[in-house]
Amino acid sequence: MTKIKTFADLTKMRNDLQQTQALVDMADSSESVIQIKVGMGTSGIASGAKAVMDFLIEALEKRNIEAIVTQTGDMGYSYAEPTIEVKKPGKEPVVFGYVNLLKADEIIEKYIKRSETVEGIIPVNYHTIDN
Amino acid sequence: MTKYKQIRIALNNCGVIDPENIEEYIARDGYMSLGKCLTEMTPQDVVKEIKDSGLRGRGGGGFPTGLKWEIASKNKADQKYVVCNADEGDPGAFMDRSVLEGDPHAVLEAMAICGYAIGASKGLVYIRAEYPLAIKRLKIAIDQAREFGLLGKNIFDKNFDFDVELRYGAGAFVCGEETSLIHSMEGLRGEPTIKPPFPAEKGYLDKPTNVNNVETFASIPIIIRKGASWFNKIGTEKSKGTKVFALAGKINNVGLIEVPMGTTLREVIFEIGGGIQGGKKFKAVQTGGPSGGCLTEKHLDTPIDFDNLIAAGSMMGSGGMIVMDEDNCMVSVAKFFLDFTVEESCGKCSPCRIGNKRLHELLERITKGQGTMDDLVRLRNMSNVIKDTSLCGLGQTSPNPVLSTLDNFYHEYVAHVKDHKCPAGECKDLMKYFIIADNCVGCTACARVCPVGAITGEKKEAHFINSETCIKCGACIERCKFDAIIIQ
Repeated sequence: MTKIKTFADLTKMRNDLQQTQALVDMADSSESVIQIKVGMGTSGIASGAKAVMDFLIEALEKRNIEAIVTQTGDMGYSYAEPTIEVKKPGKEPVVFGYVNLLKADEIIEKYIKRSETVEGIIPVNYHTIDN
Repeated sequence: MTKYKQIRIALNNCGVIDPENIEEYIARDGYMSLGKCLTEMTPQDVVKEIKDSGLRGRGGGGFPTGLKWEIASKNKADQKYVVCNADEGDPGAFMDRSVLEGDPHAVLEAMAICGYAIGASKGLVYIRAEYPLAIKRLKIAIDQAREFGLLGKNIFDKNFDFDVELRYGAGAFVCGEETSLIHSMEGLRGEPTIKPPFPAEKGYLDKPTNVNNVETFASIPIIIRKGASWFNKIGTEKSKGTKVFALAGKINNVGLIEVPMGTTLREVIFEIGGGIQGGKKFKAVQTGGPSGGCLTEKHLDTPIDFDNLIAAGSMMGSGGMIVMDEDNCMVSVAKFFLDFTVEESCGKCSPCRIGNKRLHELLERITKGQGTMDDLVRLRNMSNVIKDTSLCGLGQTSPNPVLSTLDNFYHEYVAHVKDHKCPAGECKDLMKYFIIADNCVGCTACARVCPVGAITGEKKEAHFINSETCIKCGACIERCKFDAIIIQ
């Protein structure tokens, strides 16, 4: 049984997915949650991204912080691997480079818990297709 | 669009979505372009849109993609094929790998769009087995797309069938050339054949076949979504859109970037790339891999596009950029690339098989200080013959690193030949280690660390290095606390 039979099905599925995502992104909805993406291309994995991802999942659960940790592809900053992107509800996502386990711990304790700045932020340096 | 130097089109979703979750791709308008093509456009419309966009093949040659599609669409056959060339083989290049690892669905969607445009129902991705993660994610993506009904029979209820399979390559460089690639997929030796017939006429299993590179495909869904007129506003007159480059070598920000065509090398290397490691001096940048050439200081302000790079004696290639600093010997660089070409030549035609080998031997002689001025003339002549007479793109471009270094760094070649010196200090055979007697206190530290016993001398007296025995390992220099040992 295929899920998408017509173009209308796809459009509806996209709209639904975008709505759900918007709720997660928003600052004050019941669905909102911290989202972390770990760059898991070959260069990220070679620099230890897998261990960082495992650590993040475990540490966030232990410290009772509700968050979704997912993998993503290469963010392009090979010189600063492993890289992770942290998006707090209602805020712009922030990309951190050189994230080893220590750094990951610091990001949780300082940036996620207390919104303090942490070194190693890679500023946005590109346009997307929409801006 | 001027705030940043980069625009991410082919890398749109790379590092943004979870490549193993089709829903994240759909949430970012994934497969909407395929839907738009199937419901609102005729195949001719799609071809026209791609032609109007000015997109040129990102694998290296820069052939207009729309024209390629048009030729394939006009050839009549009961079965046609869409092939994705994922046989990325340039040393230092990892654009295609990153796209496949980060956004596999974009490639699948584009292949389906191409299938619709040219009338093909089968797609094949030719990918090197050295890319296990890309293969894994592509497989997951294909399974998910089938499950969601985005690949398979009667897609969007529009009577259009399209499915994709993988074909693995063993990583031969020549298999990036489309006729070799097709032979390899057919189970034959990966060797090129003369074109024409072009694959668009007689390709995989003798059927019309359209071969495009990963990055070319990755740009297609965005072009359909945003329109040709959006895409062709980016870039230069003859090269539209953006290009992904893999920055490697002695540059601070090693990584993937995507810039509009027409960006200068200076912007790429010094602004986006963050300059040269260790504050050293920029010497050259090699673009186009083993088929390209070295560009120097004087080319830094050249806007990068297909034609300008060729005019400067290099080429776009697939987008590897290897940056070199003052410590790189350009003769050694040329030798490194020739090493690669000699290894990767399939051996079918003699100019490439024998010619490159002889070029390599000449370079070997020069880096050993045994070259003559006649050798330099011979290098250039032979390079030109190989370029003119080789069967496929590999041989036709393999002397480029030699020619461009001869053009731009002739004085380095001459220094190797006449003075028996390597100005960059990279060619070991031309180096000599000396002890400055005045600085040497006779501590014997160097003599004790020398693995071959080349250093002799009495305690508290100046030591001496026997250059016949010395293997130039540098251990003595590291150990000496008095800066008494120098290299000449």
